[in-house]
Amino acid sequence: MADNTQQERVGVYVCHCGSNIAGVVDVQSVARFAAEDLKGRGVVVARDYTFMCSVTGQELIEQDIREQGLTRVVVAACSPHLHEGTFRGACGRAGLNPYLAEMASIREHVAWVHTDKAVATAKAKAIVNGAVERVLRNEPLEAIRVPIEAGTLVVGGGIAGLQTALEIAEAGYPVHLVEREPSIGGHMAQFDKTFPTLDCAACILTPKMAAAGSHPHIQLHTWSEVEKVEGYVGNYTVTVKKKPRYVLEDVCTGCGICIEKCPVLVVDEAHDAGIGYRKAIYTPFAQAVPNIPVLDPDTCTYYVGGKGGCRACEKFCPTEPNSIVFDQQEERITLRVGNIVLATGWDLFDARRIHQYGYGRLANVFTNLELERMCNAAGPTGGKVVLRDGQTAPARVGIVHCVGSRDRNYNNWCSSICCMQSVKLAHLVKERTGAEVFNFYIDMRTPAKDYDEFYQRVLDEGVHFIRGKVAEVSDVPRGPDEQGPLFVQVEDTLAGLQRRIPVDMVVLSAGLEPRRDSKAVGKTFGIACSTNGWFIEKHAKLDPIATMTEGVFVAGCAQGPKDIPASVAQGAAAAARVLSYIRQGELALEPVRASVNEAQCSGCRLCNGLCPFNAISFIEERRVTEINAALCQGCGTCVAACPAGAISGSGFSNEQLLAQIEGLLLDVARVPEPA
Amino acid sequence: MSESAFEPVIIGFTCNWCSYRAADLAGTSRIKYPPNVRLIRVMCSGRIDPTFVLKALADGADGVMIAGCHPGECHYLEQNYKALRRHRLLQRTLAQFGIEPERVRLTWASAAEGARFAEEVGAMVDEVKKLGPLNWPTRPVPQSEAAAEVAP
Amino acid sequence: MSKPRFAMYWAAACGGCEIAVLNIDEKVLELDAHFDVAFWPAAMDVKYKDVEAMEDQSILVTLFNGSIRTDENEHLARLLRRKSKLLVAFGSCANEGCIPGLANLSPREQIFERAYTSPSTENPDRIRPQPACQVAEGTLTLPPLQPVVRTLDQVVEVDYHVPGCPPESHQIAAVLDVLIAVVKGEAQLPPKGAVLGAGNSTVCDECPRKRDVKRIDKLARIQELPPLATDVCLLEQGLMCAGPATRSGCNSRCPNVGAPCIGCYGAAPDVLDQGARLMTAIASVVEAQEPEDIDRVLDGLPDPAGTFYRFGLAHSLLRANRAALAEKP
Ligand code: SF4
Ligand code: FES
Repeated sequence: MADNTQQERVGVYVCHCGSNIAGVVDVQSVARFAAEDLKGRGVVVARDYTFMCSVTGQELIEQDIREQGLTRVVVAACSPHLHEGTFRGACGRAGLNPYLAEMASIREHVAWVHTDKAVATAKAKAIVNGAVERVLRNEPLEAIRVPIEAGTLVVGGGIAGLQTALEIAEAGYPVHLVEREPSIGGHMAQFDKTFPTLDCAACILTPKMAAAGSHPHIQLHTWSEVEKVEGYVGNYTVTVKKKPRYVLEDVCTGCGICIEKCPVLVVDEAHDAGIGYRKAIYTPFAQAVPNIPVLDPDTCTYYVGGKGGCRACEKFCPTEPNSIVFDQQEERITLRVGNIVLATGWDLFDARRIHQYGYGRLANVFTNLELERMCNAAGPTGGKVVLRDGQTAPARVGIVHCVGSRDRNYNNWCSSICCMQSVKLAHLVKERTGAEVFNFYIDMRTPAKDYDEFYQRVLDEGVHFIRGKVAEVSDVPRGPDEQGPLFVQVEDTLAGLQRRIPVDMVVLSAGLEPRRDSKAVGKTFGIACSTNGWFIEKHAKLDPIATMTEGVFVAGCAQGPKDIPASVAQGAAAAARVLSYIRQGELALEPVRASVNEAQCSGCRLCNGLCPFNAISFIEERRVTEINAALCQGCGTCVAACPAGAISGSGFSNEQLLAQIEGLLLDVARVPEPA
Repeated sequence: MSESAFEPVIIGFTCNWCSYRAADLAGTSRIKYPPNVRLIRVMCSGRIDPTFVLKALADGADGVMIAGCHPGECHYLEQNYKALRRHRLLQRTLAQFGIEPERVRLTWASAAEGARFAEEVGAMVDEVKKLGPLNWPTRPVPQSEAAAEVAP
Repeated sequence: MSKPRFAMYWAAACGGCEIAVLNIDEKVLELDAHFDVAFWPAAMDVKYKDVEAMEDQSILVTLFNGSIRTDENEHLARLLRRKSKLLVAFGSCANEGCIPGLANLSPREQIFERAYTSPSTENPDRIRPQPACQVAEGTLTLPPLQPVVRTLDQVVEVDYHVPGCPPESHQIAAVLDVLIAVVKGEAQLPPKGAVLGAGNSTVCDECPRKRDVKRIDKLARIQELPPLATDVCLLEQGLMCAGPATRSGCNSRCPNVGAPCIGCYGAAPDVLDQGARLMTAIASVVEAQEPEDIDRVLDGLPDPAGTFYRFGLAHSLLRANRAALAEKP
């Protein structure tokens, strides 16, 4: 390895962290080691101090940089995830490039995990030595500055996405809201009441939908999907596919005559969860935004009949020109945005998968979503809770919590809303039918504001809560006396008994699942999903809004199951993050990046398919590969793959890492090869 | 060196987003594990070049641990699959050099899995202890003029 | 003034480097015109003792080909180092061990076993060569094998490196031109340690074949593959080609004629371990995610160490199999 490290002047600072480090590591001995044994490696000062991160501690470094002309700094303290920024800042203030500092983690990786003082001290020395060797190869880096386009793409028009879009638009910046359904509103538009306040979902949602629909800064793209995303933070080019509506959006007045005249009735699997009907040309619900119907060519008589017949909608359309366009084509539009917020929501767990609960097999087993639609005054039953026959009100209803959730056989996670939703549904059923209601739960989870109070209230209303996981829902009586028609078999773990509760109706509180295509969507936007399929946030606690890809944020259930207030909060938070970027006008990106040395690149194209962010491209004319620094996120995979060694990674270069390896192994006793 | 007295030195490569944070969490949670592993932080397990592993082994490490995010959870989407492929090919190659597969362990730990990280370290240290020191001989360097000459 | 002295020596090698020097045709006359050939066993009869008698540093330049496998090789390396101002590691063997270096994957006993008693050798009496043997005329000796093959620069200091197995004639000619220019006082010597007679990129840089993004879902030997397209990257057609990780300079000789590059020009500039580069590059583009699927593709590479380190083993980070390295001389 070429050693150009001779002229460097290194300062090493060993932190006691009170007794956190000093209690286990002999910090003086580590500092002495650096001062004496590493003199030959350029260490000119080595100090130990109680709290390096304190103002005094930082000043110590700053002063040494100024007075002793340090060119490199090593701080042996806690994890760089905590204080790398702090010490880089100190270097910067003293006029040293911040990237010429390295941290050696001797708290998290030594003092807190080991007990033997001698061994811990020896390990700390090796780590310090590794950091010194590495920092000697560090290069001064400058943050990469990128301008931020003011427009924002919000994907998903549910409550989270709506909130984001409105906040940004209110601040005066343009928003493109892309929704794949014909109307914005999302799942919330399907609900009747919301817990714990029992506000009518529509009453609180539709004003937001209308506001988004008419906002001068929001452009809606419904019945559309994002197909391709190129570019990087501040500068994304997004291709949106607009599916044909067969209705001219800017001509249609939403009068609804076409819907009235359409002779075809189809089961509405989407908005009405399969228990209501819609026409072949339809708006999903009365308050849809935009209030423009879509024509479904899979059921429309004209299309089904091989483009012949009917055309009733066209005949009765009163607009000029006619709004119905049977040969409308798919369209692609290109948007330029600076930031992207993904609020793509969730899918309902398919309750059919739990065969023993009988959904899809036993007529009067319903899902929570079906019941929501039934309770909704604008729903298929006009707000009446009835059995599958459409008229009989149930006298006894069982509501099963955690269906598909917290279950190793299905989904491990808690869907977080089902307890409260089940309590709410119990209340609504009781209110509408006076039925006797049984809720079967594993644990009651009512952690947010006013939630437990609501649970208490419903308890007081006389809903029975039985603690136990339902084993089976059956329609087979155990003997001539057993009166069903349905039986819920459950172990009542509080009473310590097996119980069989006869009911007329069972409601399964199916859990929340990631969208079935979340992996593919993640890929399109260059962000990761957990193995479960929820989008991964940048930091589980400290940054649940950003993602690993700069300029791409997540909000709502796409990131993990959550209720409406949490979705709204996250939507607003995402907006705040986007607005902060927009207002900064320019963003400084970590300069940890890969770059190609053109003279060494042979144009073999081995690296060309390796970058998930499409930062790598091949320049055909010059037969070399290029890396776009703004797109590169610095993972270093291409650096490690380049067969010619032509790609280097700033901040994590081969020289740095190889030197660190050597440094870490310095105290290892070596045997020379027998000669 | 008797087996019990042998304390292996293991170089551990951890990614910035999961496994390094898992190691941090093990620390914050005060989970104790053997002190034989010395960590190097890279941005992603995809950054790990077999050269680093060979370098560590050639320079005296008794083993190398590579820890990344769980498959599918890499913060750069799928770079840990590249680490997986490289590891499998490297293992095949190392076998021809007489290096036991236990010496180069690939493992996954999410940022929440401090305990798992500690367990993995413990398990690896035990295995390498059983194998004994690797002790790769140092690289021959050209000897000075004065060095003894071999008779023909 | 007398001409400066030139020497060339052949240690553990096949002799191809010697022939490659002759392949420069008339250029060899220029060599003769500017140098006094002091020692070149393949071309003229000079005894070791004659070299020993020469004054130290009295040879201007020695092209040393071959790796260090025996005590004799090592003796000559040291001797020529002492006698030469400039010692050039010439050819792959001297630089990185080359094919002889592959023997480093086995301890000596296995090598002898294989060479003298495997079914491919007709040797019913299991005769093995001995370091010394008495015959009527006296004692015959053979230089003993050392535990592992070493490269020239692992034994003595080397001034320049000329890679290739063998170095290409046009590159040899170019190196000679530099030397002659220096002798004539028309040029400065390149910096010590420089690689001469090679490019700074890899073989793909010179290869005319069309290339695309790489995804490898199978690897096979050439005879197992359907006839290959003549203008498409061999790697993309499932053939293991070392071109991406091998220093340029040969004008992509092998790929030009439909044979994959096997790596003889060694690692690209600043690369520590050629085999590791090739390994990581190939593994990175294997088109599989699950361990079993990855293994299925990798099964197409039955001898990974031999493939990736065909030329560079002795110079690689690990250098040899553990058992071979641990052997006493
Ligand atoms: S380091 Fe390479 S592979 Fe990773 S993000 Fe940057 S360009 Fe893409
Ligand atoms: S970021 Fe952890 S493996 Fe890629």
